[in-house]
Amino acid sequence: MTAARAEDLPVLTPAAFEPRGRPPPPARSVWRRNWSVRHARALERLYAAFDKTLRFAAPALARIGFERLERPVAFVERKVKETLFDCRMCGDCVLSSTGISCPMNCPKSLRNGPCGGVRANGNCEVYPEMPCVWVKAYEGSRLMAHGDRIALPLPPLDHRLKGGSSWLKVARAGLEAP
Amino acid sequence: MNEALPHPHDVGVDPSAPLVDLPGHSSRGRLERVLRRGEFAVTAELNPPDSADPQDVYDRIQVFEGWVDGVNATDGSGAHCHMSSVAIAALLTRVGFSTIFQISCRDHNRIAIQGNVLGAAALGVANILCLTGDGVQCGDHPQAKPVFDLDSTSLLGVIKRMRDEGVFQSGRKITTPPRVFIGAAENPFVPPYEFRAQRLAKKIAAGAQFIQTQYCFDLPRLRSFMARVRDMGLDQRCFILVGVGPLASAKTARWMRANVAGVHVPDEVVKRLEGAKDQKAEGKAICVEMIRTLREEKGVAGVHVMAYRQEHYVSEIVHESGVLKGRAPWRRSFIPKLQPVETLGAA
Repeated sequence: MTAARAEDLPVLTPAAFEPRGRPPPPARSVWRRNWSVRHARALERLYAAFDKTLRFAAPALARIGFERLERPVAFVERKVKETLFDCRMCGDCVLSSTGISCPMNCPKSLRNGPCGGVRANGNCEVYPEMPCVWVKAYEGSRLMAHGDRIALPLPPLDHRLKGGSSWLKVARAGLEAP
Repeated sequence: MNEALPHPHDVGVDPSAPLVDLPGHSSRGRLERVLRRGEFAVTAELNPPDSADPQDVYDRIQVFEGWVDGVNATDGSGAHCHMSSVAIAALLTRVGFSTIFQISCRDHNRIAIQGNVLGAAALGVANILCLTGDGVQCGDHPQAKPVFDLDSTSLLGVIKRMRDEGVFQSGRKITTPPRVFIGAAENPFVPPYEFRAQRLAKKIAAGAQFIQTQYCFDLPRLRSFMARVRDMGLDQRCFILVGVGPLASAKTARWMRANVAGVHVPDEVVKRLEGAKDQKAEGKAICVEMIRTLREEKGVAGVHVMAYRQEHYVSEIVHESGVLKGRAPWRRSFIPKLQPVETLGAA
């Protein structure tokens, strides 16, 4: 909720800042995100199968050592997920709860839903030329079998996980609570 | 001035001391009592001063005195720098007002926020509103580093846990948990429209007990949102205060729509303002009509009046709308001062 500042406020300048030290998302990435949201159903299935595989492979991975695997797996994961989802490697992947639209692309890093500043055309408050990550997330969730997960509140992100592999995190969790 | 006396539950022995505990209440604040009694509540937004003088805060509260049940102290609204919300809330709480401390995730990380929650509660602040915050690009410091460590929903969860379980997010114990009434914001007037009610449910699940919405100028949109909210039973699980405010002119309306994030003003409202002889009076009339309509809308527990730089109109708007129905929100003096509303600010 904001008070209007008729006299004080400058007209919105597009991309006045970039919170994650990266240039504003190029059109290429937005196209990629649109693609993953459009194919949310298929990607959900693919991811569910992959999840099972990870849990199945967890004991083998543990034998090799999670610490030793961390760097190479994170490298591969980054390449794959950047290509598919324009992933930002938060290390705690929640794509299945966000309609396969990576919430870390939101300039406010919102993981629980859109802010109140979404433009009438469904674009971002901060980047007027970029579609709101959460408008896309809602579209994606409608296509998914378990899209209702979007309704569950997520806990705050552990920022120490940033850059780490969330695949190994899933495998580890599978090992602890099979 | 309203001549009725405040409800006995809203009056303490000493205005600066917390009120006595009531069963089923999570705070000792007046706002929660008013809402739980089923009264139609009115809250207003205080424009924080750009000054270090407490008198500036006391001066600004006078126009609201006796007309509102709670005052929001905004936290760097529009990403502009002002006196901090926690300080304003504390200053006003000490003279007896019911204030709503706003926390914006844009400016604080979880360490600062949790410390401020304890500090605010220690100073007597009973209500906290959890916000994401506007992006820094729209403020006077676009070069600032935005924090966004938490989002408004996870922040609700953190404060609820502090209050109910008596622990920090880390799990470390709090010896005396904060007694606070927790609120959140919602904007039913921007996309994704179908997701908005679900997002409200998410916030309620995380801990929101009251909701203040963005400016409502689009009644059909609000009605479809409220229908969804009632279907989901959300109006039974939290108090919804709808945001309203007078538009000063058609020009302001157009400017706000274009430049203030999340404000939606339909063309009909702009046209109506344009066609009016006195645009300011028309803006006020639109606001009064809106409040009256909202009073009848099922599931709406109150209104939140945001009259930026028109704060002196709030008492008139509340009075003309008649939503208080003879009820008197708390004020410092029970003896009615008979004087024209226009002179209240100068008193």
